Amino acid sequence: MAQVFTKSMARNIFYGGSVFFILLFLALTLDTSFALPERDQRHQLDLSTEVGQRIAKGKELWETNNCIGCHTLLGEGAYFAPELGNIYTRFGNNKEAIKAFIQSRPAMGIPGRRSMPQFNFSDEELDAIAEFLKYSSEINTAGWPPNIQG
Amino acid sequence: MKYKSQAVAKPYFIAAIGLFLAQVIFGIILGIQYVVGDFLFPEIPFNVARMVHTNALIVWLLMGFMGAAYYLIPEESERELYAPWLAHLMFWIFLIAAALTVIGYLAVPYARLAEMTGNDILPTMGREFLEQPTITKVGIVIVALAFLFNIGMTVLKGRKTVVSLVMLIGLVGLAVFFLFSFYNPTNLVLDKFFWWWVVHLWVEGVWELIMGAMLAFVLIKTTGVDREVVEKWLYIIIAMALITGIIGTGHHFYWIGPPEYWQWWGSIFSALEPLPFFMMTVFAFNMVNQRRRNHPNKAAVLWALGTAVLAFLGAGVWGFLHTLAPVNYYTHGSQITAAHGHLAFYGAYVLINITMISYAMPLLNGREANSMRSQVLEMWAFWLMSISMVFITLFLTAAGILQIFLQRYTETPLPFMVVQEKVALFYWLRVISGLVFLGGLGTYIASFFVAAHDAKHPQAIEAGKVQPSPAAV
Ligand code: HEM
Ligand code: HEM
Ligand SMILES: [Fe+2]
Repeated sequence: MAQVFTKSMARNIFYGGSVFFILLFLALTLDTSFALPERDQRHQLDLSTEVGQRIAKGKELWETNNCIGCHTLLGEGAYFAPELGNIYTRFGNNKEAIKAFIQSRPAMGIPGRRSMPQFNFSDEELDAIAEFLKYSSEINTAGWPPNIQG
Repeated sequence: MKYKSQAVAKPYFIAAIGLFLAQVIFGIILGIQYVVGDFLFPEIPFNVARMVHTNALIVWLLMGFMGAAYYLIPEESERELYAPWLAHLMFWIFLIAAALTVIGYLAVPYARLAEMTGNDILPTMGREFLEQPTITKVGIVIVALAFLFNIGMTVLKGRKTVVSLVMLIGLVGLAVFFLFSFYNPTNLVLDKFFWWWVVHLWVEGVWELIMGAMLAFVLIKTTGVDREVVEKWLYIIIAMALITGIIGTGHHFYWIGPPEYWQWWGSIFSALEPLPFFMMTVFAFNMVNQRRRNHPNKAAVLWALGTAVLAFLGAGVWGFLHTLAPVNYYTHGSQITAAHGHLAFYGAYVLINITMISYAMPLLNGREANSMRSQVLEMWAFWLMSISMVFITLFLTAAGILQIFLQRYTETPLPFMVVQEKVALFYWLRVISGLVFLGGLGTYIASFFVAAHDAKHPQAIEAGKVQPSPAAV
């Protein structure tokens, strides 16, 4: 039996299989890129609009403060603090509520509890972050998360 | 050690273990912060400790892969490394870049670090595992290019074996997919989609080639089994890895925006991803059973078999557990993910690196194997670390199941923070297991000093105080 299946057959399966599935993956990626405009809210990202500028600024602040180091966003990130992909809906579709929460974190934390840092954002920055989170909540995520708690 | 230039591997291995220690210490800090929320707050917030923990992991695994390549490529190619000086230089560049990055994480607020390093010129920071400043990422690319050039030239000018070829393909793939870390559009869906081209196509793609090559190398050396047999296994394992793993990327595309058909592609192909890991287990045990020699380095063989088993458990079994879309709908981004992440990284990539280090370090120090006393310590280290990691995984799985039920499954779902308090018991148990893990790592580090001591004082062995290395019998 061992002789029937030779090393060169194994090698050919490796090269042939890899090339085939890389090409299939690229084809699926291409198809996805055609489907995404309907799902990813890209019309909001237009930088000639104020909303678009706020979202871009908000994502930058999201990244440069490493929010993903504690929170998940659409289920990806750290599991130390709540999911934020749907925080806009959880806070009653209210950007002001999001801003108020971030702004009110005590600088020295809450004794004994997991605490969020005080980032000292300006009002403009808070607007940008809230806009980014609103945009995130409007992405078509195939019905995830299962409920409002994220 | 057959070629002088293989010695460049040594500093890589030593630095790898040093960073591993740092990683685990920060892991324990994280574990404590899970239950004592204000521990070290606001000096070291959770997100900062987590970056140190995960980035130290990635960097030391990369150091280990590079050390492994510098060790095995000359031996496979039957010639000296093309440019040993370049390997030395890159070592220092890499180590200093890593150290500066960690100091940056700890010394200044992350936003300040982003500002200082010009993140706004080419924003790449602030995404999980890719938190490094853009200039650090550029440094990684430079080191990787110099490294690939060095081992590529060595392979080209020397004997070409399947092991060195697979190692090289894996390492080239590693470098190529890392380039996607520079793509960071405002469009969150595209950002996430291509983020996985780094993360998933690394651990469930090209890293499996590197792992397969390293495992094959150590097994050839320690069992003396015919190369032909090993190479056939290696080809078929990596073929399965890529055939299942590439489309398997779809298991990350279920809930981040892409179309629903990924639920089918991702579920079907990733459900087959355990296959290559299962084949590695069968392969390793087969080779050891058919061995033609009894290598004196028993510890290395134990690490190799442990890799095969625990990689299958962590990646294969714990991966399968949550990979089907209807299951992942509930488990996505929960403690189940963390449980799987820990056992998979430990079983596959931590252990394959230690296997290589355990095999190569004695040879780099001019002996075939360490004293029995040192090997016994290594075996203790293996069991302490492996069992405690299995327990960490089990506790996180228990926490995850409760979390999913209370927060996502019941009729009356509870808020995240409320649920976290309800499952705190399991987080405490995780910290305790983590301390045992640290003890295991300490034992492993101690084994090097015992080995060095026993090698320096062979009289003690002659006098019968210490058991000799099995190499001497
Ligand atoms: C031994 C003590 C350890 C403890 C207490 C520990 C604890 C933790 C904690 C609390 C997190 C953050 C989870 C979150 O985001 O909420 C984490 C993340 C992580 N740790 Fe560890 N860790 C330990 C060892 C290790 C080891 C040895 C490895 C590598 C094999 C490892 C790999 C990881 C990875 C990959 C992540 C990111 C997980 C993900 O995103 O799903 N850890 N660890
Ligand atoms: C050694 C190989 C592997 C390693 C190191 C590994 C590591 C990881 C890590 C660290 C994550 C968390 C990523 C994040 O932070 O978002 C993850 C997620 C995941 N892994 Fe793996 N993995 C491996 C193999 C596998 C395999 C073979 C499967 C399937 C059979 C699998 C299925 C999954 C799934 C479904 C997720 C997403 C979890 C979620 O939705 O939250 N993994 N893996
Ligand atoms: Fe994956």
